[in-house]
Amino acid sequence: MNTQKEILKIKNLSTHFKTDDGVVRALNGINLTIRNGETLGLVGESGSGKSVTALSVMRLIASPPGRIVEGGIMFDGKDLARLSESDMRYIRGDRISMIFQEPMTSLNPVIRIGVQVAESLQLHKKMSKAQAAKKAVEMLNTVGIPDAEKRALNYPHQMSGGMRQRVMIAMALSCKPELLIADEPTTALDVTIQAQIIYLMNKLKEESGTSILLITHDMGVIAEMAQTVAVMYAGRIVEHAEAGALFGNPSHPYTRGLLNSIPNLNKPVPADRKLQSIPGTVPNLLELDSGCSYRNRCPLATKHCDSDMPFLREIRNDHLVSCFYAE
Amino acid sequence: MQNNPILEIQNLKKYYPFKRGVFRKSNLHVKAVDDVSLSLEQGETLGLVGESGCGKTTLGRCVVRLDEPTSGRILFEGVDLATQNRKELKLSRRNIQVVFQDPFSSLNPRKTIEKIIGEGFIIHRLHTPQERREKIREIMDAVGLRPEQANRYPHEFSGGQRQRIAVARALALHPKLVIADEPVSALDVSIQAQILNLLVDLQQEFNLTYLFISHDLSVVRHICNRVAVMYLGHIVESASSHILFQRAAHPYTQALMQAVPIPDPFRKKESVQLEGDVPSPMNPPSGCPFNPRCRYSQEICREKFPYLEELETGHSVACHFPQS
Repeated sequence: MNTQKEILKIKNLSTHFKTDDGVVRALNGINLTIRNGETLGLVGESGSGKSVTALSVMRLIASPPGRIVEGGIMFDGKDLARLSESDMRYIRGDRISMIFQEPMTSLNPVIRIGVQVAESLQLHKKMSKAQAAKKAVEMLNTVGIPDAEKRALNYPHQMSGGMRQRVMIAMALSCKPELLIADEPTTALDVTIQAQIIYLMNKLKEESGTSILLITHDMGVIAEMAQTVAVMYAGRIVEHAEAGALFGNPSHPYTRGLLNSIPNLNKPVPADRKLQSIPGTVPNLLELDSGCSYRNRCPLATKHCDSDMPFLREIRNDHLVSCFYAE
Repeated sequence: MQNNPILEIQNLKKYYPFKRGVFRKSNLHVKAVDDVSLSLEQGETLGLVGESGCGKTTLGRCVVRLDEPTSGRILFEGVDLATQNRKELKLSRRNIQVVFQDPFSSLNPRKTIEKIIGEGFIIHRLHTPQERREKIREIMDAVGLRPEQANRYPHEFSGGQRQRIAVARALALHPKLVIADEPVSALDVSIQAQILNLLVDLQQEFNLTYLFISHDLSVVRHICNRVAVMYLGHIVESASSHILFQRAAHPYTQALMQAVPIPDPFRKKESVQLEGDVPSPMNPPSGCPFNPRCRYSQEICREKFPYLEELETGHSVACHFPQS
């Protein structure tokens, strides 16, 4: 394994939700490592457990109904899964911060954006109101908001979606976190605005050295931002590799299916205009059994897959796959 | 080329009045769709692309008069839909059906699948109950739903299956034209591919013409024969799919294509990117609507509106300085 320092190591993490219909096993023993200064892309379809992973790291799982049932989240020698809420509060927003998909619902509509950005600076960095306000304007400048001094007095509704997402980024980065969790940061934006935000996040990452956990369903966004990629399916990591290896040599049948099912602007359109789709749908997380959760959609599935769940194994250097038949 | 247009949109405008200021002047308008002309050939798929707020959905809704156009003509097989009365319109709508983006809000949660798909038969008083049931089973089979699911309710289905129901409803009356407004945007990629393949299959089986509205250029390139790009209510470029994706001439189309993230980490990234936001349609820029964001913008672009002009056969661009 690469020996670069690890900022976050998730070990065998399981998060379950108790519902009236039974226990929803959203995460089933996931293992994930983010190295210092890298962007790890966590990709998967809805319900695969991407967001639950992020919320588990931030300890924002509503309990009840949710609970981290086992496993650890190692961050700087501490296990976040076992930290008290008051200790966690010092880390959240300061050393680990998060940006969400919908910038309209994650900003407070009745507070000026400058004040919102300044809040965490006052709280974590013990700055005075005036100092924090000045630093907030600086941050708004950094994220490319023109006329930042005036814009700091705006309310969220006075800004466009792209500008609001820039405010979210300014807020998340204001305390210089070691880890930034970005949950679908560009999904609600138009493509030209998405390109701006991707460019901005890549640039800020280079400058600050912040590690990023990037959550998205878009393989294109992953390719533009991530150095390492983890693919999730039904609450498990099915493939974990460097971006080049994952796109160049996808080894789990699900990853391959996923990459084949996306129309690619750089590839010729087949004459029949058909895409290779993955048959079937994702399994119900209430009814997971001991077998591989992808077997019903998998072209390689055998009896072995019915009875046993394949664990992540290293098939090449730093290339982990959870499939019995991956080579 | 122009041999058999099934739909011809001529100078379509949709203005929404709004009031502003002390005296509430009411002669102000948001020009959601401004002087758009388009034609669709029988059996083709025309993609309408653009970012949110460009007017693509409004245009689609005007075609079936879910929104009333302010002016312009909508010729469907030579008949102007824009001037039809309720009764005539009802007949025309048998031939034009819509599939909406969100299958969670476009299906009535209190009706069974059979009732949802069969609603068109009841509205148009077609077939006996027995025939209706058979036809519903047939169309369910065609879109990949199991006939025994007919008595279930929408909430019992996944997003992809719901979109299959929406497609089945649209096709039940054997329409000639289907307006698909972002039909796969709410779906996961693996399901998206299933629905796109379904649309391609059904097009061949039923000889359908599609007006495919989408913000996703990769999807549009994959499924459409021809593409029209919209910006702030105007069509800025239109061409056959392979010409447009090979040599887009409008700076906006080029920027749009460059902005699409490609699932290939080895690709060399081009640094040019489009700055700023789409201007407010309440206060559009003078001259070319794209000029404040355009890197080729010159004096004339701020003064004179560029009309759509043919650059080569079948390739039109609305730009004073088309790039080639």
